[in-house]
Amino acid sequence: MADRETIRDAAPVTPGEPDPFPRLVRPVQGRLVAGVAEGAAAQLRLDPVVLRLAFVLLTVLDGIGAVAYAALWLFTPREPYEGKEPARDWSQVASYAAVGLALLALGWLTGARTGGIGAWPIAVGGIGSLILWQQADPDRRRRWMSTTVGQVRRNRVRTFAGLVLVVVGAIGFLVATDELDAARPGIVFTLVVVGGVALIAAPWLAGLWKELQRERRERIRQEERAEVAAHVHDSVLHTLTLIQRNSEDPREVARLARSQERELRNWLYQPKQDADASLAAAVRRVAAEEEDAHGVPIEVVCVGDCPLTPELSAMMQAARQAMVNAAKYSGSSVISVYAEAEPEEVTVFVRDRGAGFDMDQVPEDRMGIRQSIIGRMERHGGGARIRTEPGEGTEVMLTMKLEKA
Amino acid sequence: MSAIRVLIVDDHRLFRSGVRAELGDSIEVVGEAEDVESAVRAIGELTPDVVLLDVHMPGGGGQEVLRRVLGAGSQVRFLALSVSDAAEDVIGVIRGGARGYVTKNISGRELTDAIRRVAEGDAVFSPRLAGFVLDAFASSEAPPIDPELDSLTQREREVLRLIARGYAYKEIAKELFISVKTVETHVSSVLRKLQLSNRHELSRWATARRLV
Repeated sequence: MADRETIRDAAPVTPGEPDPFPRLVRPVQGRLVAGVAEGAAAQLRLDPVVLRLAFVLLTVLDGIGAVAYAALWLFTPREPYEGKEPARDWSQVASYAAVGLALLALGWLTGARTGGIGAWPIAVGGIGSLILWQQADPDRRRRWMSTTVGQVRRNRVRTFAGLVLVVVGAIGFLVATDELDAARPGIVFTLVVVGGVALIAAPWLAGLWKELQRERRERIRQEERAEVAAHVHDSVLHTLTLIQRNSEDPREVARLARSQERELRNWLYQPKQDADASLAAAVRRVAAEEEDAHGVPIEVVCVGDCPLTPELSAMMQAARQAMVNAAKYSGSSVISVYAEAEPEEVTVFVRDRGAGFDMDQVPEDRMGIRQSIIGRMERHGGGARIRTEPGEGTEVMLTMKLEKA
Repeated sequence: MSAIRVLIVDDHRLFRSGVRAELGDSIEVVGEAEDVESAVRAIGELTPDVVLLDVHMPGGGGQEVLRRVLGAGSQVRFLALSVSDAAEDVIGVIRGGARGYVTKNISGRELTDAIRRVAEGDAVFSPRLAGFVLDAFASSEAPPIDPELDSLTQREREVLRLIARGYAYKEIAKELFISVKTVETHVSSVLRKLQLSNRHELSRWATARRLV
């Protein structure tokens, strides 16, 4: 059972064939101090918790643990990691420190710290608790961890600082009054009593905590459900009603369905972008508006993106005119719009597979193409080309150089 | 030429019968399946030439079917068919081993064409997939790890751009003064790169999209 956890912990960051003999590295993900235990655990296919406890135990006994850790830290390369490094889980660090301090205190209380025969009980006890930890069923272990870690995490800094202060203060006081030796049995009994109370109260506290977590999850789920329901109500249900009322008009039904499809797609898959600030969002908005106005599907593909400058806004108006022309006059069943933002240049293509026309036959006074598309692009420092032939469809190509900021 | 044998995998009955009705005479629909289990079983029993594969299905979706069938060493060819526009879905099934990706609003004639193309071992890119690929391979800040696999040639880029602009293969061939076969070769080579490249940007790009 522990193996399952280990494999998940040791799973490589990038999917692929697991290397049978991985090199020892210090991963960034999941590290507590420098990632030595985490890396070694992945290598040995052990639970990192076991290794961490072993390091703590060895440190308490003779300081070997700290030396070994430092040596491994020095000689093990760090695993390459892309992006922002995840934060360490300080509450876990605190727990290990607490375990170490407890062992230290126990060693001092029983006089075993000086080594010799007295050290054995601690070693045996430590190994015993490791075995217990490994044998405990994973569910219960996770529960132990989540309850303690979870509660410590809530105001871990304050709790930890307070504990340290109390312990230091108490010991300092006893040392100052030379009553440390006299207080030793008292401390031992206090620890035993506190331990007993903790044992009794633990299951109850754990239950309470679990209940609290469940309620919180449930509440988040309900809020999400309410938001989705609101969206579906405002958009999908509304459109379905409209479609039923317009069922005699196939064109209107198709337009409604298409517009709803587009809206739902954007909601599901598109990042929320400001159509006044980003080129890709502006292209999508123009296409959506013209699709709604003329009832002809406009397929948009965008590659790259860039901020919308005044020149690009003019380009959007030219592109809009090209879409209007295609929707109104070509008779094409679908219009393809392709926008690509490159570092130096933005290109927009508007293409239909409709009637096409003869450029020379277009009267001088037809404002649509000459003024709204070609003229507008040239006024703003860009260019427009139109490729068309009767029966071959039409493609309008718009280009705009970007000024280097 | 004998009819191409096709299996339709989709969890919507209405959609399956719609596709069945739309496909031309050169396509023989040998069966239907509605989830991962029945799809894997039907592919084993019927050995179709092409599987029309829905991306979202109960039991793990199209990617699970791809993993189990191709993982077992089968040579059957997949064409993914979906309503989804999500980048990770599109890139996911292609990297999973599908030979093409088309959206469900494709016309019957175009679908027949795409199936024939996949059956012949070529790749089928919708304009949107071409856009995704251009996007994913566009940023060239980091030098490619494997130059052979991690970047597109100028010609491949041109072909993808024309696909994204809504050109059919025949129109692309005419535009670039090359044969349709050459266009198919370029697209197949892009597909191979897409499936094998372990370029950092590709995964990072898909991840970034997923976070949105």
